[in-house]
Amino acid sequence: MTHFLDISQISKTFHTDSGSFEALREVDLKISEGEFISLIGHSGCGKSTVLNIVAGLLDVTSGGVFLDNKQITEPGPDRAVVFQNHALMPWLTVYGNVALAVKTVFKKTKSKAEMHEWIEHNLALVNMSHAAGKMPHEISGGMKQRVGIARALAMQPKLLLMDEPFGALDALTRAQLQDTTMEIHRELGNTVIMITHDVDEAVLLSDRIVMMSNGPAARVGQIVDVNLARPRERLALAEDAQFNHCRRLVLDFLYAAHQKPDTGENPNENVAAQSEAA
Amino acid sequence: MITLASINLEAAGRRLPMLFARGVVPAAGIAFFLLIWHITANNIDTSLGKFPGPAQVWEQSNSLYEEHLEQREKAERFHERQEKRNAEKLAKNPDAEVKWRSYTGKPSFLDQIFTSLYTVMFGFVLASAVAIPLGIACGLNERIYQAFNPIIQVFKPVSPLAWLPLVTMVVSALYVSDDPMFEKSFLNSAFTVALCCLWPTVINTTVGVAGIDRDLVNVGKVIKLPPMTHVAKIVLPSSVPMIFTGLRLSLATGWMVLIAAEMLAQNPGLGKFIWDEFQNGSSNSLARIMVAVVTIGLIGFALDRCMLLLQRRVSWDKSAVLR
Repeated sequence: MTHFLDISQISKTFHTDSGSFEALREVDLKISEGEFISLIGHSGCGKSTVLNIVAGLLDVTSGGVFLDNKQITEPGPDRAVVFQNHALMPWLTVYGNVALAVKTVFKKTKSKAEMHEWIEHNLALVNMSHAAGKMPHEISGGMKQRVGIARALAMQPKLLLMDEPFGALDALTRAQLQDTTMEIHRELGNTVIMITHDVDEAVLLSDRIVMMSNGPAARVGQIVDVNLARPRERLALAEDAQFNHCRRLVLDFLYAAHQKPDTGENPNENVAAQSEAA
Repeated sequence: MITLASINLEAAGRRLPMLFARGVVPAAGIAFFLLIWHITANNIDTSLGKFPGPAQVWEQSNSLYEEHLEQREKAERFHERQEKRNAEKLAKNPDAEVKWRSYTGKPSFLDQIFTSLYTVMFGFVLASAVAIPLGIACGLNERIYQAFNPIIQVFKPVSPLAWLPLVTMVVSALYVSDDPMFEKSFLNSAFTVALCCLWPTVINTTVGVAGIDRDLVNVGKVIKLPPMTHVAKIVLPSSVPMIFTGLRLSLATGWMVLIAAEMLAQNPGLGKFIWDEFQNGSSNSLARIMVAVVTIGLIGFALDRCMLLLQRRVSWDKSAVLR
């Protein structure tokens, strides 16, 4: 059986001056079209490495990634990336940043007027039409990330890759952006891989949560299916048994079974902290 | 009304310290310097008389300006005479051969300033045209950087005066033309300036280009920007601040180098003016050299400010503190 995205037994070893470092060992993951996947794990576990390999920004040491049965060898607009720190060009306006992507990707397929319309459409999708003429330093962190999402969506990607997209934002802004992301996902049905540190965010947004074991030689530890009906309501879910069960599974994995080895914390302390959280 | 007046007063009160810092303090600094200069100058006796104090230097700067006006007048009279003479010749005999000569009087101090400015700009533009592309190539490609780095590091600390004899010989060997566009001495100093102007721009451009935010480069990769568009849309804008840091250092170096080169190459300009006054050895010479010293400083400062203005125009980062 073929899959929309097939991450097939990929391993990655980095060679540096001080020796080699095995980041990933035989990571295997199949994703269907339209799925929302979260990658979660302690920092340094290789989540970003997986994402960068799928984006084509890093190559694999062994194994391969196949999108629509085609092997990924280089970066391309069919796998748009939303970066953690928005990565907007500070010398371009909000409109200009989206336009740079649109004009490069659709150079041969869209007319000028169509491009303009498409840029405006994508800015409207993330509620940023009002700030089209603003420079990135004139808008807030949350707004910058909205523009980053608009730019990625404007490439009409088969796969949207989000690298801790809301990690640098305050809780309220993060909640707003999570809602926007859910709306967009419902509307466009894109396939998304999102890296996150936030357990609630992972459960709220995802169809499946992929938990990675600690590096070096990280692998897929466990996958949690989130069988919650969509659209999901943040407030209603707070009391939902299924939601809390998923949350519990992820917390168990992160804090008990795969405690970060070099922190030197007492595992009992974590169990206590965990039951408090739950 | 009372509150309004008090607000105004408050604002004025806040502005006063700023005015103090911007105007009064520097003025006091200059006054103090002039005082020390005046006192020390009076106590230094040289074979050309007392070391010039601020008053003598001011006097000489005026006399240099007057000499400039005099020279202008002489030149004008010369051209008038020549025109009249040629016209008379042609009136007598329409087929007569008339000669047009340019005025060859001694260049005035102001003429020397303009020659120096022209020479330094020529060398600086030449150097920048090589340095910026080279810096971009070094910043983009680690291999190119590794190839060029030893050469850059070795030539960077070389004094301009070491280059000058070589440049002179090469120019006189290669630049052979019946109707030369440039004077050889001009090319000598301009090339020497260029050789010394290269390095700060190359190094700073390299650092700027190599230090571009990885994420921005990755955005370019994801949207598959063609290489030249990548340079134009991402590399250049993001390294503009560093390029300008390099350009400003280069221009300052070039201006310092030029004075030394002019003294040695006997190219007309401020350096030659100083050398001639030194050889001249009149009682006014030291004061006239001091005028040149202050002028060189002021022009160097003005050139730097011009680059700063240019940077403000070109750079997207208007909020950056430019010093």
